[in-house]
Amino acid sequence: MTVYLDYAATAPLRKEVLDCYVEHLQTLGNPSSVHSSGQLVRRTLEEARESLAKSIDCNRSEVIFTSGGTESENLGIKGLYWQRVGEDANRKVIISAATEHHGSLDPMEWLEKHDGAEILWLPIDYQGVIDYKFLEEYLKENYNKVALINLMWGNNETGVITDIEKVVALAKPLGIPVHSDAIATFGHIPISFANSGLSAMSISAHKIGGPVGAGALIVSRATKLVSIIHGGGQERGMRSGTMNAPVAKAFALAADLAVKELEAEAKRLNVLRDKLVRGVLAISPLANHTSAEALRMPHNAHFTFEGCSGDSLLFLLDQQGVCVSVGSACQAGVNGPSHVLLAMGRNEREANGCLRMTLGRETTDADVDVFLEALPKALDGALRAGLTS
Amino acid sequence: MKVLAAMSGGVDSAVAAARAVEAGHEVVGVHLALSRMPGTLRTGSRGCCTIEDSMDAQRAANVIGIPYYVWDFSERFKLEVVDDFISEYEAGRTPNPCMRCNERIKFAALLEKGLALGFDAVCTGHYASIIKDDEGNLELHRSMALAKDQSYVLGVLTAEQLQHSMFPLGHTASKDLIREEAAKRGLSVAAKPDSYDICFIPEGDTQDWLADRLGNTTGEIVDMQGNVLGEHKGAHGFTVGQRKGLQLGRPAVDGKPRYVLAVDVKTNKVVVGPQQALAVVELVGNKFTWCGKPQADPEVFFDAHVQVRAHGEQVACQVAVVDGSMVIRCEEPIYGVAPGQTAVIYLGTRVLAQTTIDHTVSAVDSFSTASASILSGVEGAV
Repeated sequence: MTVYLDYAATAPLRKEVLDCYVEHLQTLGNPSSVHSSGQLVRRTLEEARESLAKSIDCNRSEVIFTSGGTESENLGIKGLYWQRVGEDANRKVIISAATEHHGSLDPMEWLEKHDGAEILWLPIDYQGVIDYKFLEEYLKENYNKVALINLMWGNNETGVITDIEKVVALAKPLGIPVHSDAIATFGHIPISFANSGLSAMSISAHKIGGPVGAGALIVSRATKLVSIIHGGGQERGMRSGTMNAPVAKAFALAADLAVKELEAEAKRLNVLRDKLVRGVLAISPLANHTSAEALRMPHNAHFTFEGCSGDSLLFLLDQQGVCVSVGSACQAGVNGPSHVLLAMGRNEREANGCLRMTLGRETTDADVDVFLEALPKALDGALRAGLTS
Repeated sequence: MKVLAAMSGGVDSAVAAARAVEAGHEVVGVHLALSRMPGTLRTGSRGCCTIEDSMDAQRAANVIGIPYYVWDFSERFKLEVVDDFISEYEAGRTPNPCMRCNERIKFAALLEKGLALGFDAVCTGHYASIIKDDEGNLELHRSMALAKDQSYVLGVLTAEQLQHSMFPLGHTASKDLIREEAAKRGLSVAAKPDSYDICFIPEGDTQDWLADRLGNTTGEIVDMQGNVLGEHKGAHGFTVGQRKGLQLGRPAVDGKPRYVLAVDVKTNKVVVGPQQALAVVELVGNKFTWCGKPQADPEVFFDAHVQVRAHGEQVACQVAVVDGSMVIRCEEPIYGVAPGQTAVIYLGTRVLAQTTIDHTVSAVDSFSTASASILSGVEGAV
């Protein structure tokens, strides 16, 4: 039997969400149609919007449905950038961090390459925490040059949580919009969009038991942004394309369940995660617990193993039926050194030899035991293989 | 056995993996990522390291029904193959990167990693056969499909490496049969074109690629007597035996075409001359390896055949180890052999040994050389 400890990659589709999805897939109608069939599906879509808004604590009109996290981030980052530059051509700076997910790094770098954006990379410490003081000082001098601040809420690899309130408190008085990637975070720690003061926030369904191909950008009503997809003007003109009511409904249900269960689940997973961390540290003197001193999400455990390659560890654990990850998704199956760890000042050896375990709703105490039983053999083989190259 | 099938994304390695499964082995497919930026390598079917190739390999593994992983060997590949390729050209030699890759990546780094991870052997789609002799020693032999025979590029394998190697295609009579079999197995790579060129040179233009890395320094093209005939734009762009691209305005005195005889990177000179001056009768390599069991009495000249290029003809020769170097006396001249090339020694169909050529002796008495000695006036180096 497979033990799945890679919830941050994707979480199992919940049974009740699947049922809901399948049920609504069978309803005929385009939500934009005026007739009664269209209206019926529109109703489903708007119910979903209202429900998701409740789960995320925002106004229903602030929910822009997208095809997933990456599209949300592209819309949030490019849309805000173009809006701000359109208002004042001198605002070319995007403030961000090199520990961001590629879904956010790549749109920023695209803007840098093709549209004159300048990216200010905030210093990051060994624990993976950004330098808030540096941000404050920079903004004092350069606020009029800044288009937006883009910082993820919780890191998908290390689990480190950004103090979004602090960032917004610095940016808001200066009129600078902040976008946050909450894809790895939503459903794992309490999030209130209304209280956050964010201008925009990206979320995704499949990380919380919803279907792949469903996401949303939450855009505050006070925020304007330029659309990146043009067509029928759906979703307040920010995201054209026929609206996908069944997927929105399934997403909303997954979000509702995740948020309702969050407190109890966070406690339960925290206990399992701590057991896993203690177990790993007891097994191997080579294990270095990443970001142990930083504030982290409760379902994430990340380690580097001196002298081992992530490739080998992953293979040997997989051979024993344990699914883990070396970090974020890879290109063409190639796991290069983690850019997140490199950004935290780790060397290439460390960044190559990491493992991320992320727990979720179906993870049990027995799963953690299976992992801890499989680990010594994997470490043993990986260490031998590591010494050969 | 637990077998690691190296899958390039081509038809040969896919069929090899399928045959290993059928033979009852526990097979895991592995694609070697040889570049950290796979998108930057050539696209389509010409190379073996693109994202598309990796996806082809994965699909083949799915169809065969084996687990599939991508392992990153990009750092090691750069160090052992790409950098070696550049420095060999820089030194005026002509390397064979596929051979280096077999020697240092596929049957070294990959095999070592595989053994450490609990595997017994590496399986590839090379056209060559491993046969056991009467005493139980493993021998590497030419493939039954002689037109596709790749035993030359495997000549670097040692007895130890042969023990952990598996070439399931060696007993098939032609590549067409492999393609047919792939189609029958439902492998979508059945009709994928062969790759010929060097996988890490995106546009297939080795000279341009080298010029980007080594720079272009204009130098003289001279004849065997040292007379200046023209100018070149970088010595490393030339290979011994090359005829085209010399751009010498004047014809030779005898009206016959001129060939590159030697490349001297130290003086940045390219020596040209008539075809007969390319003829070589003796090859000497300071470093050599035995492929399996060594020759019983290697200090005494013995009859064999030598092959100096992947798809070249073999030539009858006599071979012996003299003062620690492998000396190969050809019974008929070989044309256009460059230092840095590999000479593989065959006994019948068996690969016996290989050496990297350091010196050559010309069939023309006055022109015995190692490339560098032509210009420095040193008499035949061997």
